[in-house]
Amino acid sequence: MKRMWAKFGPVVTVVIAIFALWYVMAVVMNANWAYDKAARADVDLGFNELVVDTWSQKKPRLPAPHQVAVELWNTTVMKSITSKRSLVFHAWITLSSTLLGFAMGAVLGILLAVGIVHNKAMNLSVMPWVIASQTIPILAIAPMIIVVLNAVGISGLVPKAVISMYLSFFPVVVGMVKGLRAPDAMQMDQMRTWNASKWTTFWALRWPSSVPYLFPSLKIGVAAALVGAIVAELPTGAVRGLGARLLAGSYYGQTIQIWSALLMAAALAAGLVMIIGQIEKVTLRKMGMNR
Amino acid sequence: MNQEVVIEAKKLSLTFETNDGPVHALKDVDLTINKGEFVSFIGPSGCGKTTFLRVMADLEQPTGGEIFVNGMTPEQARLKRAYGYVFQAAGLYPWRTIGGNIRLPLEIMGYSKDEQTKRVKEVLELVHLDGFENKFPWQLSGGMQQRASIARALSFDADLMLMDEPFGALDEIVRDHLNEQLLELWAETNKTICFVTHSIPEAVYLSTKIVVMSPRPGRVTDVIESTLPRERPLDIRESQEFLDIAHRVREGLRAGHGDD
Amino acid sequence: MNMYLIGALVFWLAAWALNVWLSNLKPTRLTKLLVPVIFGITLLVIWEWVVRGLEVKAVLLPPPSMIGTAFVNNIPTLWADFVQTFIKGALSGYFIGCGAAFITAIAIDRSPFLQKGLLPVGNFVAALPIIGMAPILVMWFGFGWQSKAAVVVIMVFFPMLVNTVQGMQAQTAMQRDLMRTYAASYPQKLLKLRLPAAAPFIFNGLKISTTLALIGAIVAEFFGSPTVGMGFRISTEVGRLALDMVWAEIVVAAIAGSAFYGVVALLEKATTFWHPSQRGQD
Repeated sequence: MKRMWAKFGPVVTVVIAIFALWYVMAVVMNANWAYDKAARADVDLGFNELVVDTWSQKKPRLPAPHQVAVELWNTTVMKSITSKRSLVFHAWITLSSTLLGFAMGAVLGILLAVGIVHNKAMNLSVMPWVIASQTIPILAIAPMIIVVLNAVGISGLVPKAVISMYLSFFPVVVGMVKGLRAPDAMQMDQMRTWNASKWTTFWALRWPSSVPYLFPSLKIGVAAALVGAIVAELPTGAVRGLGARLLAGSYYGQTIQIWSALLMAAALAAGLVMIIGQIEKVTLRKMGMNR
Repeated sequence: MNQEVVIEAKKLSLTFETNDGPVHALKDVDLTINKGEFVSFIGPSGCGKTTFLRVMADLEQPTGGEIFVNGMTPEQARLKRAYGYVFQAAGLYPWRTIGGNIRLPLEIMGYSKDEQTKRVKEVLELVHLDGFENKFPWQLSGGMQQRASIARALSFDADLMLMDEPFGALDEIVRDHLNEQLLELWAETNKTICFVTHSIPEAVYLSTKIVVMSPRPGRVTDVIESTLPRERPLDIRESQEFLDIAHRVREGLRAGHGDD
Repeated sequence: MNMYLIGALVFWLAAWALNVWLSNLKPTRLTKLLVPVIFGITLLVIWEWVVRGLEVKAVLLPPPSMIGTAFVNNIPTLWADFVQTFIKGALSGYFIGCGAAFITAIAIDRSPFLQKGLLPVGNFVAALPIIGMAPILVMWFGFGWQSKAAVVVIMVFFPMLVNTVQGMQAQTAMQRDLMRTYAASYPQKLLKLRLPAAAPFIFNGLKISTTLALIGAIVAEFFGSPTVGMGFRISTEVGRLALDMVWAEIVVAAIAGSAFYGVVALLEKATTFWHPSQRGQD
């Protein structure tokens, strides 16, 4: 019990504090509207009524956590998942393009990293651009890619996946290049003394050494892929997906809808990162690298 | 020589609680060190020699017995900046120059700017590093770095120097050289030095008193008063007297190992 | 085959051969600079000639020359967008967000309890699609640059906080013991040991934040903005299929992004020259 507290106590406290602050802020931010309404109805608003009102407005500036929770419950469990009003449906739309884009980005990133490590000219010419491109707000290109791909007749899942791919690709390249270069000079010399081929050196030494570097960059990559998929849904006025829910919510002032889409996105991100974290744990343990 | 007591330990014990049960790092250690002595602590790893030094420095808290540094508790002594401590590695801050590193304790202890500059210059000369004041630690060799860390401990002129295997990581040739310089420095400044080592020749060459320790539980098995003169050229290490003392140290170490 | 395509192919082969030859020479500063530059120029040339050779419509992919023309002809507009989005939105948000995170890190420095609680939460939040907060903040702070700065503040806060808190713990046991033997006070320890030791981590946070700041400021404009700004320009020009202007805006974003990053990296080099990661680069 004591050990559990030492481990989770601080986190739980911080999370509770965040929720408490959230409730307080909801009162503060929604108070104006509540007072306005009361003034129009010509009633005096006591503190208790104020709190009740600010926590139950229909279009609050800041919805209280339980309002978002109710909305989440209503749009997930209570709706059939094929319904357009189901958040699970929208989450799945975003998730599928995230996953497709992430898979493409990861494969592409790994292949490019292998090329960079084995080819001097490629290393010198491509690597600086890969690093430089990380400092550029790539996300700005997203709307254009969508429109252009639409214009040539590609629409739906693929354009969004392309943006996710683009975003997840760079962290993977950088991490993998580092990982494939992780073997030190002594280990490489050892391979040379055995007259091992490039192929053997790769599979026996470079690839296994890169695994501990691969997973952290995959985690960054998958989170970036999700951001890419959401942002990709914004500019085209998409009607499906979490990004579309955010956009629609902001058009119609449906704050509760925005917050629930946001929490859904957060849950997706956390879930994806956690899944990769679990795979990482198992893989590293199997490879005997887990300390 | 007056017999002013600097360190006095009575039935000093320290037990670490670990997951594998208690570890007796020190058990019932009695020891007195007088002003101006050069005392070496020698023994195999786990005998508590470093722990003893850290207790003197108030970096560890004893769990039994008592210890006085200059007649005060270690904490009072630390707050009065009664000692300079030299660690196993130089531990210089890479973001400060050699001069800046030596100036660090002086800044913390609130010396004036002029005084700081003067003292940095003095101790750099003392360890033969004049001219390196504006170099960064990583531009110097390991031996030079360790000399700089000794200079850092000397800069605020505490009467007591606590040195924890300061030359352990250096090669033999550099070590000989530094040993010679350390003796010179000791003669010049007349400080009390407590010196942890695992090298028998080093202990015998440097010390006026050798404390032999043994592990499990960490305790003092022998205290040898050196008969060598204070003035010691390097070739004293080939004299019969030196070899006799070294022999006695080795016997002491072996006796401590007997119960393994 | 038409001349443009053949030209592009020949140029590509020639440039690649040149680069292979250069990279097999003894590596010098010059080759290290020359090879990526040649690669970049090759990409531009191939892009230009392939677009012309295949007669790709400008509404799909304009050639670099056209983007260059659009850039030069629209400098006043681009400058106004840059000031609105970068100077007002991204930069002010960056300073407020990073500053607040830094102060928070110092404030919770003496409470291991809060650190243990905030670090996992911060790490968690840093992995979330925070950009999704943009519509809410636009609703709260209006269409002006203030809402963009607010998005940036939220985006950079957590990565910066996590890095700073980690950095503050980045001293060795020996360095801590040394400060103890000097009986140093808390402010002395903070100023003379912990902050300098944390500098590489703090700069890491600052560097990550530069990119996040620009992304946040641009994307937030997709949710509502005055009729000026890089994100506004991109979304409206895309709607009008004026892709040369969109690309010109992206060039501005790229230059601003890398210059911003570059300035922070130079600052880092000047302050943490002593760190092994910086020393190894020369």
